[in-house]
Amino acid sequence: MARAVTTQRKAFNTLLAWGIGLGIFFPILWTILTSFKTEGQAIADPPLFLMFDWTLENYAVVQERSDYMKFLTNSVVIAGGSTLLGILIAIPAAWSMAFVPSKRTKDILLWMLSTKMLPAVGVLYPIYLLFIELGILDTRTGLVVVLMLINLPIIVWMLYTYFREIPSEILEAARMDGASLKSEILYVLTPMAIPGIASTILLNFILAWNEAFWTLNLTAAKAAPLTAFIASYSSPEGLFYAKLSAASTMAIAPILILGWFSQKQLVRGLTFGAVK
Amino acid sequence: MATQHSRSAARFMMAPAVVLLLGWMLVPLTMTLYFSFKKYLPLRGGDLGWVGFDNYVRFVSSSSFWPSVQTTLVIVGGVLAITLVLGTLLALLLDQPMWGQGIVRILVIAPFFVMPTVSALIWKNMFMDPNYGLFSYLWEFFGAEPIQWMSQASLTSIIIIVSWQWLPFATLILLTAIQSLDSEQLEASEMDGATTIKRFWHIILPHLSRAMTVVLLIQTIFLLSIFAEIFVTTGGAFGSKTLTYLIFQRVLESQNVGLGSAGGVYAIILANIVAIFLMRIVGKNLDK
Repeated sequence: MARAVTTQRKAFNTLLAWGIGLGIFFPILWTILTSFKTEGQAIADPPLFLMFDWTLENYAVVQERSDYMKFLTNSVVIAGGSTLLGILIAIPAAWSMAFVPSKRTKDILLWMLSTKMLPAVGVLYPIYLLFIELGILDTRTGLVVVLMLINLPIIVWMLYTYFREIPSEILEAARMDGASLKSEILYVLTPMAIPGIASTILLNFILAWNEAFWTLNLTAAKAAPLTAFIASYSSPEGLFYAKLSAASTMAIAPILILGWFSQKQLVRGLTFGAVK
Repeated sequence: MATQHSRSAARFMMAPAVVLLLGWMLVPLTMTLYFSFKKYLPLRGGDLGWVGFDNYVRFVSSSSFWPSVQTTLVIVGGVLAITLVLGTLLALLLDQPMWGQGIVRILVIAPFFVMPTVSALIWKNMFMDPNYGLFSYLWEFFGAEPIQWMSQASLTSIIIIVSWQWLPFATLILLTAIQSLDSEQLEASEMDGATTIKRFWHIILPHLSRAMTVVLLIQTIFLLSIFAEIFVTTGGAFGSKTLTYLIFQRVLESQNVGLGSAGGVYAIILANIVAIFLMRIVGKNLDK
């Protein structure tokens, strides 16, 4: 935008925006700071901001006491597995809808979206029961499948909107040169689609990582991911603020970093292409 | 230019996704419908036969039904109002020229990436705890009596927590929409002497209306089913039981599957009413 703005105005905007931004970020910052305090310092009155004895002890205690690595592994396997499985199933579907559209394509896309609207609690018992019958309650396999299914519509949609931006002239040229369907997809489309596929993977990994209905209701001791690990701190252990903070920081840090990279794709992915 | 060959290939490639989602939708839905017409208590006798619409009537006439509807509406309405208003203001601010815009954006978006159980616990313990929470220090500092957030102001607490989580989403989408606004139009109106407020009402707000509707509908669908935020804070006590939470309790806690399933069917109908409006908007966009 080429509108002229005075330096004074810009300084005011900067101050206001930074103030609000830091305010919104404060709970996260406070959690990270608290994770480096001792339990006594964590509840000191008045609260301590930076002047305390920084310690890593809480991280050690949380690791040791609660088998943090097990929960972390579960989170990585469940979020990663469901995302990759979803991508493998969605790529061919999105490809065919973007490049060989039929009269039905729009209806199919909207119908897929509608499955995402199904409230989880409405089908909680059937899924629970099916999981028991199939022997996959409290297993990573079970959660990979469920999270893949709930995110599949978003994956298909995101890929579809990315694929549609690939100019079809290039595909036509490849066909003229006698490329087969397979080589067309492998050598022409895929390289161009890689950025789109990567951001789809990123966003869905984040969504799966943070999913907290099925992960809480379908796991117990064995397959519980970080969402459940944190929920186990609800009480009375939650009153150990420094340890709660260390556990929380470990649960959100990886995804916070990934999330910052994906902020541009977030809008497209979460509005199903309705806002770009 | 699609050949017959590529058409059938396309259908074949779509099949796995379509079949899986169809199964995911139909199988549990059929089961929920089936259970909703039965008296079914897995721990107390199991399947006790068909009862017609009994569960539907009982679910609605139970004393916790209307309060749960009210709670749901208050939470969804409160969060929507806060996130839409603050989100618009924040998006307008972030669109202004400033130093370090990228970093501010990152700070503002961060809460969206915090898993629901974490944000609920941090707020509940470290901010809203009546003895050691930061808010209680703040209240005491100003000489006020600290609030028992979870018990005295359970709904306000949950609204604050959930709004904090969803404000980034609203802001980000509205900011994207503002940035797509034609700057020439704005400049022209500026030259014509339109005031900031007039520009906001007549140019920016109409331009934002579609993005706002999308935010409203998507958030409604997600907010109707918030779960973890209640599960780890109040556990549904102190009048914070939403429709979703009530169904969860009926099904898993008291193991009254028939009754819970009937509730589930209500929840599905409710979500579908919202979904229809969302689909219309998204569908229109597809034709372009």
